[in-house]
Amino acid sequence: MDLDDQASVNRLAETNGTDNMIVLLGQPDPDSTVLFAETVTRGDPTWAGPLAGVPLGLPVYHILEPDIKQQMDATLYDEHVGLMELSANVDEIVEEVRAYRST
Amino acid sequence: MITPALLHASYALAHVPDVVRYGSKPTRELARDAALCEQLSAALRTWEAALAYPPNQVFIGNLSPERLAARARPWSAEPLAEARPVGPFGRMVDQITFYGLLKLADDFDLVVLDEDIAASARAAVQALQPNRLMQRVDRIVGVPAEQLERLASSEHGLPLFHAGRRVGFMRSAHDQDASLGADILLENLAGKATAALALSEALVHGPIAPEQVDYLLNTGEEAVGDRYQRGGGSLSKAAGEVVGCINATGSDIKAFCSAPVHGLIIAASLVQAGLFRHVVVIGGGSLAKLGMKFLGHLKSGVPIMEDVLASMAFVVGPANGQDPVFRLDSVGRHTIQASSAPPMLYQALVLDPLTRVGLKMTDIDRYAVELHNPEITLPAGSGDVPLTNYRTLAALAVKRHEIERSAIDDFVSQRGMPGFAPTQGHIPAGVPYLGHARRALRAAELQRIMVVAKGSLFLGRMTQLSDGMSFILERDPSAGDHPVQTPT
Repeated sequence: MDLDDQASVNRLAETNGTDNMIVLLGQPDPDSTVLFAETVTRGDPTWAGPLAGVPLGLPVYHILEPDIKQQMDATLYDEHVGLMELSANVDEIVEEVRAYRST
Repeated sequence: MITPALLHASYALAHVPDVVRYGSKPTRELARDAALCEQLSAALRTWEAALAYPPNQVFIGNLSPERLAARARPWSAEPLAEARPVGPFGRMVDQITFYGLLKLADDFDLVVLDEDIAASARAAVQALQPNRLMQRVDRIVGVPAEQLERLASSEHGLPLFHAGRRVGFMRSAHDQDASLGADILLENLAGKATAALALSEALVHGPIAPEQVDYLLNTGEEAVGDRYQRGGGSLSKAAGEVVGCINATGSDIKAFCSAPVHGLIIAASLVQAGLFRHVVVIGGGSLAKLGMKFLGHLKSGVPIMEDVLASMAFVVGPANGQDPVFRLDSVGRHTIQASSAPPMLYQALVLDPLTRVGLKMTDIDRYAVELHNPEITLPAGSGDVPLTNYRTLAALAVKRHEIERSAIDDFVSQRGMPGFAPTQGHIPAGVPYLGHARRALRAAELQRIMVVAKGSLFLGRMTQLSDGMSFILERDPSAGDHPVQTPT
């Protein structure tokens, strides 16, 4: 995860607490989904950014999850996410990100 | 009206393991934790490993992207047995040669080399035959070790290393101007030297002599200038001077990663307009991006693969009945009002230009998108950039009912290719494929390709916009069905 993004997540968590905070990912493949999910739950696995050693334990979701999709405007979703939904390995991405919510 | 064609494409890679420490990321991380230096050094590749690394061999043309796609991953574990430093589209040089090029390109005595290293470097540059650099080779001279020592201890600058030993010194040109500090000058001079190498290759193996170049467009990511005009340029003329383009003038194109595609379209336009007969688009290596993802590589236990400075040169001139031609009636552009959401981006860059000339997505035999080597990006969590782009293009074709959803994988494998370019910003912008494309279009193996590049303008904090340009290159209609072999 980009170091600026890590800093933003960290700052939001410090300022507002993590009780009412979730992370919604939009990564296009399972591998990067895992890395991002890991970063906002257990800490930056590359030990390069502000979240290195900072296990925020945030609930993490992916925009391709059906539960997320049904909460969004269908036209907008199709406009912005439709192509990714067609091209990405949705099942594997969903499985990976769910694993980070159950641990 | 003159039809513009791609008359030649050249590439070069300079393997510079001891310069990796001066990449932006390593510089910052090593300053924070000096213990990392040992880990970084231990993970750097030898010249032999970098040479035999299959993606590097694709870059200089010794291996096709199709053959790379068929090879076992990780590519780093399967060196190419028949690897050679010279390929049909260019060459790889080692670090000693790079230091020679750096000294040869140095007009202000900024680079000071140890005399023994300078002798080796001069011999190494002389051995790059044929080349257009010989008129400057006598500049590659060094100083005795004790003089180098005195200089390094009394002036501001950066030590230059080879095999872990200090063998030179990069001087600052001004002690109060950060734009003329040794770090910036090294970055700029590395860009100039590597661009000159690719330009030399193009002018040796391409159809025109240095004196026949009318205009040079540099598309690299360096920012040459002093404190009053940071980024003023023009590295184009600086590199052209090195190889004897005495009749050329030139300028730099700045558009982040998509600059080479802007540059090629402008070059083709200048030729088509008849203003200039031969325009050469160049791009030197990005020193700042050396070792950019090295922490991810260390963590994953893979070699540090961002250890090469990549450069390129493209000769654009009038069509000759053999070389592929630019379709300037179908240039794709990402306008200021266009959304940066992927569907809108591809609408602007791919669908609009195709529609304009009555073509379908499947009329393009091969798409060249950002060709970042995934083995470099995946360990750092940046994903497989070309694969993601190809899958998005395929999804677009599904939405347009050009292919079935079940054919997405076939679309990707048939009309895409694996990423093989070093992660050097402007370098991967589709254009590393142009050497292979020119060969395949001349040989009538392909009819038409599209180069699509995107740029992250927002990184400079002046706008939230993205950027992108695309163009179609196709087989010269006057060539008929007859294949033309490309000299190697």
